[in-house]
Amino acid sequence: MSGTYLGMPSFPEAAGKAVRDETLRGNLRHATHTIRDKRAKAVSELVDWPGLREAGKQIKDRTLRHLDDYLVQLEKSVTAAGGTVHWAADADEANRIVAELVKATGEREVVKVKSMATQEIGLNEALEAEGITAYETDLAELIVQLGEDRPSHILVPAIHRNRGEIREIFARTMSEWGRPAPEGLTDAPAELAEAARLHLREKFLRAKVGISGANFMVAETGTLVVVESEGNGRMCLTLPETLISVVGIEKTVPTWQDLEVFLQTLPRSSTAERMNPYTSTWTGTTEADGPKNFHLVLLDNGRTATLADEVGRQALRCIRCSACLNVCPVYERAGGHAYGSVYPGPIGAILSPQLRGMESEIDASLPYASSLCGACYDVCPVAIDIPEVLVHLRERAAGRGGRGHRLEKAAMKAAGWVLNHPAVLAAGEKVASKTRGLHPKRLPGASAWTDSRDLPELPPEPFRDWWKKNRT
Amino acid sequence: MRVALFVTCVNDAVHPSTGIAVVRLLERLGVEVGFPAGQTCCGQPQYNTGYRRETEPLVRRMGRVFEGYDHVVTPSGSCAAMVRDNYPRIARKGSDPELSRVAGSLVPRMYELTEFLVDVLGVTDVGACYPHTVTYHPSCHGLRMLGLGERPRKLLEAVKGLELRELPGAEECCGFGGTFALKNAAVSAAMGEDKVRNAVSTGAEVLCGADNSCLMHIGGILHRQDAPLRALHLAEILASTEEEPHA
Ligand code: SF4
Repeated sequence: MSGTYLGMPSFPEAAGKAVRDETLRGNLRHATHTIRDKRAKAVSELVDWPGLREAGKQIKDRTLRHLDDYLVQLEKSVTAAGGTVHWAADADEANRIVAELVKATGEREVVKVKSMATQEIGLNEALEAEGITAYETDLAELIVQLGEDRPSHILVPAIHRNRGEIREIFARTMSEWGRPAPEGLTDAPAELAEAARLHLREKFLRAKVGISGANFMVAETGTLVVVESEGNGRMCLTLPETLISVVGIEKTVPTWQDLEVFLQTLPRSSTAERMNPYTSTWTGTTEADGPKNFHLVLLDNGRTATLADEVGRQALRCIRCSACLNVCPVYERAGGHAYGSVYPGPIGAILSPQLRGMESEIDASLPYASSLCGACYDVCPVAIDIPEVLVHLRERAAGRGGRGHRLEKAAMKAAGWVLNHPAVLAAGEKVASKTRGLHPKRLPGASAWTDSRDLPELPPEPFRDWWKKNRT
Repeated sequence: MRVALFVTCVNDAVHPSTGIAVVRLLERLGVEVGFPAGQTCCGQPQYNTGYRRETEPLVRRMGRVFEGYDHVVTPSGSCAAMVRDNYPRIARKGSDPELSRVAGSLVPRMYELTEFLVDVLGVTDVGACYPHTVTYHPSCHGLRMLGLGERPRKLLEAVKGLELRELPGAEECCGFGGTFALKNAAVSAAMGEDKVRNAVSTGAEVLCGADNSCLMHIGGILHRQDAPLRALHLAEILASTEEEPHA
């Protein structure tokens, strides 16, 4: 994945800082609660939601089981329609392929449709190193790019910013990238949107190369699909002469009929709309309409490894709706940046450690970035059992060793031994109860607990003693 | 009907009053309760922290201890969910057929207290009296993994003298999450503080729940903040009567 996030501190450290940022917490609370309520309403309108959810799950599972076949079919269809397919095993390879393709056009600028895959591989930075400038055209993505910031949400990358901050970013930086912000710009949403529209229009009309991702790839016809709200994506997909789409291999669906399910569940889960405003589909190249050259870069980058894990592979069903982020109480407090990846929130906590492996501090800590409350599983439109995968990955993290986990394992073993010897447990409880007058209120070493909570007072006798006295 | 109480390790050591309340309540309803002394812990703390293998002996112990009982009742949604949801998973991943046998035998007999009252005994009015204002926090595992639904509320609504107040953001996690409370202490505390703020805003005297682990975390914050309400397990409210009111 992107080098941007290398050297991230572990989740508890990053989240601990974020929790103390009152503005950030306010922005996040407001945004997630608003969208979460809207989503619940949009979903409750459909009587067959559980059926759609199950259908989405099954379509994805079946596709993943036969992914090798569908990918070959996809490649054939895309090629037959006049496109060119490239296979990229990892981020470096994908970046190299895209950079070469852009350079071959002689261009130095590209316009981009918001895409998770290109963020995942750090494409913008890689292009910059080759002297190519990539312009983000999604409004929220533009805010992040102009603010030299990092996205903190899948769908609303600038969710951590409020209107005042956005106005300031536009006024300060737009001129460095192209058309400056209008004089006297206020933080009224309509004015901010207009400023972005004028700034972007220039880029759309000039660009010869567009870069996109895709929400779905239909194997039977080689068609790619992008759903979006603003229409900026459609400009990038139709105006440039060359279109390069970088897409994770798991985005494949076998047929058009399969799309029917996701075009219902995705918009309701993500933006709480019955239907998204723009659905663009493109198939290879067509005479006198749209881009003349079309390249599809199929990205693996840890996906086949994830596919090999029977429990973990369900993460690949994800359609990136971000519903799990919006209901997650941990995300709401920690913010997206703490997850150290372009995939924050519950899905990030199970996807990033699988795609990247668990060598880094941040990846080893992500499976623990959850209270296992299960709200994410409840809302997921493809029924990914995120808590199940979290616990599964914790097992892997714990088995990986390291000082902390060695101590923890020893403690678990010791506790396990006591718990398997009820007489020892009972004796321990008795001692604890008898000495309760001596227990300190704030334990040294347990400060993580006692920083903000008092410990309960121990009772005069444990339950098993009461039982012995009163019932036997 | 042979009914065993699985009191859970936390209730045994820290909240024995909850176990006592369950015994009194069930006996009042005519159930003969057994307490197999060999019981210890369902293994959830180990399992959820990533130590599945260390959980296996505890699964086998649970199977042995509760053999021969028609129903096993526990005043903890979280521990009931551990058995029902995770024992089959542990059995699937483990290589020992004994684990599958335990899961197969224990899962259909394991009941959280409110499920047992409503589904098995078929009562919602347990003849309790508790003249106080109460707000109810549905713990996540009871709410989502077990799907307790309206059961706890129905039981509370039938309690004489009890006034139930709506808890804002009731379905949001309180931030306990087992070892999460230690591993991500800052986020856990922030979640708990929001829960406490919402509970205080109801003006209730008591925050009631069906899981003492969450209540221990919430109660610890209430205590630290000197908040005007206290945390109490649902069983203790249901056990309270006019003749023997809860202390
Ligand atoms: S895991 Fe589920 S809820 Fe979360 S983004 Fe993916 S599809 Fe949406």
